[in-house]
Amino acid sequence: MTGAVRERPPALAPGAVGSRVIVWMIGLLFAIPLVSMAEFTLRDGDGGHSLVHWFALFDPANRASYSPIWIGLGNSLVLCIGAAAIVLLLVLPTMVLIALRFPRLRRPFEFLCLLPISIPAIVLVVGLAPVYLVIGRTIGTGIWPLSLAYGITVLPYAYRAIQANIDAVDIATLAEAARSLGAGWGTVLLRVLAPNLRTGILASLLIAVAVVLGEFTIASLLNRPNLQTALFVVNKQDPYVAVILSLLALGFAFALLLVIDRTASIGVRRGTRPPTSAEKVTP
Amino acid sequence: MNAHTGSTVEFSDVSKSYGKQRVLHGFDLTVGPGELVSLLGPSGCGKTTALRVLAGLEDATSGAVLVNGADVSRQPTNKRDIGMVFQSYSLFPHLSAVRNVMFGLAMRRMRAREAESRALAMLELVGLGAHAERYPHQLSGGQQQRVALARALVTEPRVLLLDEPLSALDAKVREQLREEIRRIQLRLGITTVFVTHDQEEALAISDRVAVMNAGGIEQIGSPEQLYTRPATPFVARFVGQSNRVRGVARGGMVDLYGHQVPLLEHADAAGTVEVLVRPEDIELSSAGIPAVVLASSFLGSMRRTSVRLGDGTVLVVQHSVGQNPQPGESLGIGWSGRAVARSSTTETAYMRQ
Repeated sequence: MTGAVRERPPALAPGAVGSRVIVWMIGLLFAIPLVSMAEFTLRDGDGGHSLVHWFALFDPANRASYSPIWIGLGNSLVLCIGAAAIVLLLVLPTMVLIALRFPRLRRPFEFLCLLPISIPAIVLVVGLAPVYLVIGRTIGTGIWPLSLAYGITVLPYAYRAIQANIDAVDIATLAEAARSLGAGWGTVLLRVLAPNLRTGILASLLIAVAVVLGEFTIASLLNRPNLQTALFVVNKQDPYVAVILSLLALGFAFALLLVIDRTASIGVRRGTRPPTSAEKVTP
Repeated sequence: MNAHTGSTVEFSDVSKSYGKQRVLHGFDLTVGPGELVSLLGPSGCGKTTALRVLAGLEDATSGAVLVNGADVSRQPTNKRDIGMVFQSYSLFPHLSAVRNVMFGLAMRRMRAREAESRALAMLELVGLGAHAERYPHQLSGGQQQRVALARALVTEPRVLLLDEPLSALDAKVREQLREEIRRIQLRLGITTVFVTHDQEEALAISDRVAVMNAGGIEQIGSPEQLYTRPATPFVARFVGQSNRVRGVARGGMVDLYGHQVPLLEHADAAGTVEVLVRPEDIELSSAGIPAVVLASSFLGSMRRTSVRLGDGTVLVVQHSVGQNPQPGESLGIGWSGRAVARSSTTETAYMRQ
């Protein structure tokens, strides 16, 4: 988003050279594994470099062996949508309701939401396994019920992102003002609160998507194929292709996050952007 | 432009409790058509709760709220047809000033073009016609409250509710805006309930003021009545400044340190009484009742001096800046002769509550 321009950097901020050095060092740190992976995919059998493994990916003869990837990718996208729906339709309204009507429940709810972060995925699965046994029998063994579990793993991140935004906006007064002007609760939520909580909602969605695309443990132990488990399977057959696909998956996730961010910022250009704190004029 | 002018508002025996804490009890108040009534009181006296009950933002524990004679207690806020301005800035940050004002009209399904022209006219009325396209964060606090006022008025609500709309503003803007609120209110003839803890504000713009204390109304009356005839010591203390002086009453007069002063409600008062004397009803003079100056402060158009009498009573005197008494100086004071109110007659009534 368009950041506010500071007149002067705070006293402890590094200078122009300092900040550049920091950016380069961190960039380098992130680049090392990526460059190494790219280099690995370019190796051919004889110690030279070529695009042979990349071409193999698109060879129709190999389609059967790579098909788990496409299935996994499709499943992961379904799970992303499911987790995002849980955040948008369940977590967000609950948090708004707590902020407006039941402020006393805030602490307990926060505790509940942050709980999953302190429980390792492997422990979570122990509890989820019997639940999913029942789900498998009643609803079916399709992929989408897994998004319920992912909704839980995403909860702490989504909560923090949205709560930070709720704390920054006086949503109680905004809601009361809208109500006094004749707005029903649906209108309050969609037309008044959602635009002002956009930053938080967006951040929570980005995190939800990122977490779900990278999830392996739960899917693997519950025998549901997703992108990460598929990569793992393919890796056993052909490590080159697995690394290529990992790179592509990374690029895909990056592109997806970019698309979400762009889509959401269309409103900015229309001028519906809430003010950043630095831009507010003092009364 | 006002189909709804002349609404009456009535609180009938309204009570509100949070658990064991009673915030409002036996609250009765009738606001006539086009009248501006202020609820004045210290924080925690229940004035904001009363307003929120009227707005439907809180449910009363018992009692009823009537608008134009119809009980609205069961109606949700968005169906009550009210306009409200809040203490904290409540403009929608993501909408420009004109879109903020249009919000209520959009809720009433008015066509965008008509809504916009009405919103612009209302912004013009509050003096912000040139700022219609600005966003709230580009407006000063005073301007934001003006937009909020326009937003509350544009739907032509039955009642206008003002919940300390000026308390976040600085003194000069506050004074200017309150005059303007009164001007617009009179022009539109809209029934208005104004909540404030600032007695000057309440006295300046109200038709009637209800002084509240501990969840009930202490006294209700015109600003002049409250000031000159406070019904209880609480009102006397809260509205304006006053000195409490002991004297002996007889035949409609009270003897204060050897000087006769008329009593407001003479009737059968006799014996020792306590009366309330306003600082401006005491004069400094070379003769008169001997007193020693404790402190004196310059207030621009006047000066306020506290003096101690021979028996230790401390009085506050308001006088012209021409006189400049120094601390420690001995001088005399006299009564202006204007009638004073008794405080002890109502003391018992006050204590009973």
